[in-house]
Amino acid sequence: MADENPVKVNYLDALTAGLWRENPTFRLLIGMCPPLAVTTAVKPALTMGLSVIFVLVCSNIAISLMRKLLKPHLRIIMFTLSIAAFVTICDLYLRAFAPLMSEILGAYVPLIIVNCIIIFRAEACASKNNVWFSILDGIGSGTGFTIALCIIAGIREILASGTFAGIAVMPRGFVPWAAMQMPVGAFVLLGLLLGLSSLLTAKRTN
Amino acid sequence: MDRAYILIMGFLSVVIVNNFVFTKFLGTCPYLGVSGRLDTAFGMGLAVTFVTALSGILTWLIDFYVLVPLGLQITRYICYIVVIAGAVQLVEMYVKKFFPPLYKSFGIFLPLISTNCVILGLCLFINIWGTDNLLEVAVLSTGTGFGFAVAICIMAAIRENLIMVDVPESLKGAPITLITAGLLTLAFMGFTGMIK
Repeated sequence: MADENPVKVNYLDALTAGLWRENPTFRLLIGMCPPLAVTTAVKPALTMGLSVIFVLVCSNIAISLMRKLLKPHLRIIMFTLSIAAFVTICDLYLRAFAPLMSEILGAYVPLIIVNCIIIFRAEACASKNNVWFSILDGIGSGTGFTIALCIIAGIREILASGTFAGIAVMPRGFVPWAAMQMPVGAFVLLGLLLGLSSLLTAKRTN
Repeated sequence: MDRAYILIMGFLSVVIVNNFVFTKFLGTCPYLGVSGRLDTAFGMGLAVTFVTALSGILTWLIDFYVLVPLGLQITRYICYIVVIAGAVQLVEMYVKKFFPPLYKSFGIFLPLISTNCVILGLCLFINIWGTDNLLEVAVLSTGTGFGFAVAICIMAAIRENLIMVDVPESLKGAPITLITAGLLTLAFMGFTGMIK
């Protein structure tokens, strides 16, 4: 176990790291399934992002509380079990209060269990730090993930159907770009966005 | 004869037409992460195929004979995860004992098979499809794992050649891999609608 209180625990840093510097989607390239799968429109993407924030914060709290009891070889199974419990709660909640979204997202809600972001944060942060730090870290990473989802979903929805969150934004006579709705649009768009992000990073360091 | 026809078509469907990687974006992490070299990718594909087949069958049996009769569907996700983690542990021990070099080259990615979306995704989709026949479940599970192996091997073969290509500086690494993956899905889209 690393020392309990690092010399200087920077709480603000924990909150903002996930937004850009350690953004799960654009910088760390983990949890790539949802950014490709649920981003055909903004509303499902936002629902997905909020679900991930909820599960991430809850599992970070749980894992942070039991970090002293964890055995190295049983770590990953304990992580996934606690995540599975919170995802079940989230799935039942969505089914009860947002049946339409639950239907659109389908199997991708239970698939949050195997989302690498949550396990990665549990391993890298929650199993080493105290509860408050883990909560802030969860909120930060989750928000960064949600923003990334919304950016991709926004571009895809505007180009594929000319709407943003259901409101028409493109001028009349706009021809929908059907490829954006298909898997190929998701892959190529995410590839180009990653290229853009590495271009920006290279510019900043120069 | 009719039954065999359905099974063969189901197998081809999950391998080619409804490949999980290309149509449902499942298993994208190892698909991008482990596809650097063909031999590692092949080993990874085989390991995932085995785990998928095993856990697909086991979770279906548990679901059909335990959870549904007892009305315990609420614990479904937790049961699935336990079964998958157990199957992965089995593969890990086997590879460590009999193929030490392969075990080293997998590194952290081997225990992480349990968080591969393809496997949990398959268990969930078998449930959604409402398959009620053990033979069909076995064929679909093996087919899905095999489909993943095919996808990751194609990707690895392309990436081995991509090293020698002059790619723009900012697109090197993950971005160009994603764009390549996009073009691959476009190619596989030609199969859409051939089999349901």
